[in-house]
Amino acid sequence: MKKVEVLGSGCANCVRLAANAKEAAAMAGVDVEIVKVTDYGQIAAYGIMSTPGLVIDGKVVSYGRIPSAGDIALWLSE
Amino acid sequence: MTALRLSLGRRIQPPLKLTVGVSVAAWLVAWFVEAPLSDWLTFNVFGLERGSHFGEAIAFFLLDVPKVLLLLVGIITVVTLIRGFFPPEKVRAALAGRGLMTGTVAAASFGIVTPFCSCSAVPLFIGFVEAGIPLGVTFAFLISSPMVNEVALVLLWGLFGPAIALVYMAAGLTVAIVGGLVIGKLKMERYVEDYVWALQGKGGAAIEIHLTWEDRIHDAWTYTKDLVRRIAPYLLVGIAIGALIHGYAPTDLVAAIGGRSNPFAVPIVVLIAIPLYSNAAGTIPIVQALLGKGMPLGTTLAFMMAITAISLPEFIILRRVIRWPLIAVFATTVTIGILCIGYLFNSLIV
Repeated sequence: MKKVEVLGSGCANCVRLAANAKEAAAMAGVDVEIVKVTDYGQIAAYGIMSTPGLVIDGKVVSYGRIPSAGDIALWLSE
Repeated sequence: MTALRLSLGRRIQPPLKLTVGVSVAAWLVAWFVEAPLSDWLTFNVFGLERGSHFGEAIAFFLLDVPKVLLLLVGIITVVTLIRGFFPPEKVRAALAGRGLMTGTVAAASFGIVTPFCSCSAVPLFIGFVEAGIPLGVTFAFLISSPMVNEVALVLLWGLFGPAIALVYMAAGLTVAIVGGLVIGKLKMERYVEDYVWALQGKGGAAIEIHLTWEDRIHDAWTYTKDLVRRIAPYLLVGIAIGALIHGYAPTDLVAAIGGRSNPFAVPIVVLIAIPLYSNAAGTIPIVQALLGKGMPLGTTLAFMMAITAISLPEFIILRRVIRWPLIAVFATTVTIGILCIGYLFNSLIV
C-alpha cells in the first residue's frame, strides 16, 4: 500500500492530477491510498509553492505540473 | 526502463525533433499567408468594397482572428517552455537574503517570467513569507506577476508592435518596484495573519526535479492548448467588437470620451477595467481599435494595466493570508501607480 498525496487548493489541476494518479495505480497494479492535502501550512512544509504537487510515500516527485498517468505509474512501481 | 514505459501505456510517438520541426514550419507558413489570404477573401471572394464600413470591419476581423490565435499558440508555447526553468521555488531561493532594493527589483523582474493565477497567490505568499522574504519584496512580485503576463504582452506585441509591448513591460515593472518599496516602507507586517508568521522557517526546501525536454515540451503544449481554449471565446467576441469599432465608430466620438481633452479619461477607463479582470484577451482587440480611432497611449496603457492588475477575486483570495487594511493599501498603491502611468504617457506623447 503506497500513500499518494496530491498537494493543492482543490483547483481543476489538482483534480486532474488526482485522476491521473488513480489511473496510474491501476496501470501499475499498485495498491494506493490517495489523500488530498489542501492545508497551506502542510503544503509549505514540503517546500512547494507551485501547485499541484505530488508526493509518494512522503517524497515529492513533481510540482507545478500535471505528470501523465504513465509517468506516475513508473514512479509507483519504483 | 523503456520497455516498462511502453508497457505502461505511453503512446508511441514520432521522434520529438520531427514533431517540433513540422510544427514550427506549419506555424511560419500560416503566419506569412494569413494576411494576404484574409485580404483576398474579403475583397475578392466576398467582393466587398475597399473603404466601405462593412468591408473594413470584415477585413479587420478576418485579419485579426488567425493572427492573434497564431501569436498566442506560438509565443505562449515558447514562453511557457522558457519559464519552466524559473519556477517560484527557484525565484524564492534567489530572493532570500537579498537587500531591500535589489530584492524588490529582482522580485518585480522575476514576475515577468513566472506564471501566476489567483489560485496560486496564497501558496506563493506563504512560501515567500515563510522563507523570510520582506513584505515589500513579496508585493513587488505579486504586482508584477499578473500585470506583466504573457497574454497581455503577446497581444500588445502582435497588435500594437514591439515598442508598445516593451513600454507596457517597463511601466508594469516600475509600478511593481515603486509599489513594493512603498508597501515595504509602510510597515504593514502586523496585518499578515498570525498563522503565516508561525510557519516561518518551518518549510522544507524544494527538491530539484529533473525534467527531460520531452516533458517540458509536452507540459508547455498542454498548458497552451488549455489556455487558448479558455480565452478563445472572449477573444472572438473582443475582435468582433473591435471590428465594429474599426469599421463604424466615428473618430470624433472616441476622441471626445477617451481623448486628451477629457481630463477624467484615465480614471474612467481604470474603473471600467475593474470588472473586466482576466479578460485581457477579449479587451485588447477592442483597445486596438480605440487606439486607432484616437484614444491616447497613456489612457490605453492605464486601461490594459488595470485589467490585468486590479483583480477583485485575487484581493478576496489574499484575505486568507492578510487582513483588509493591507489589501486596501495593496489595491490603492497599484491603482495610483496605474493612474500615474496613464497621465505620464498622455503628457509625454503628443
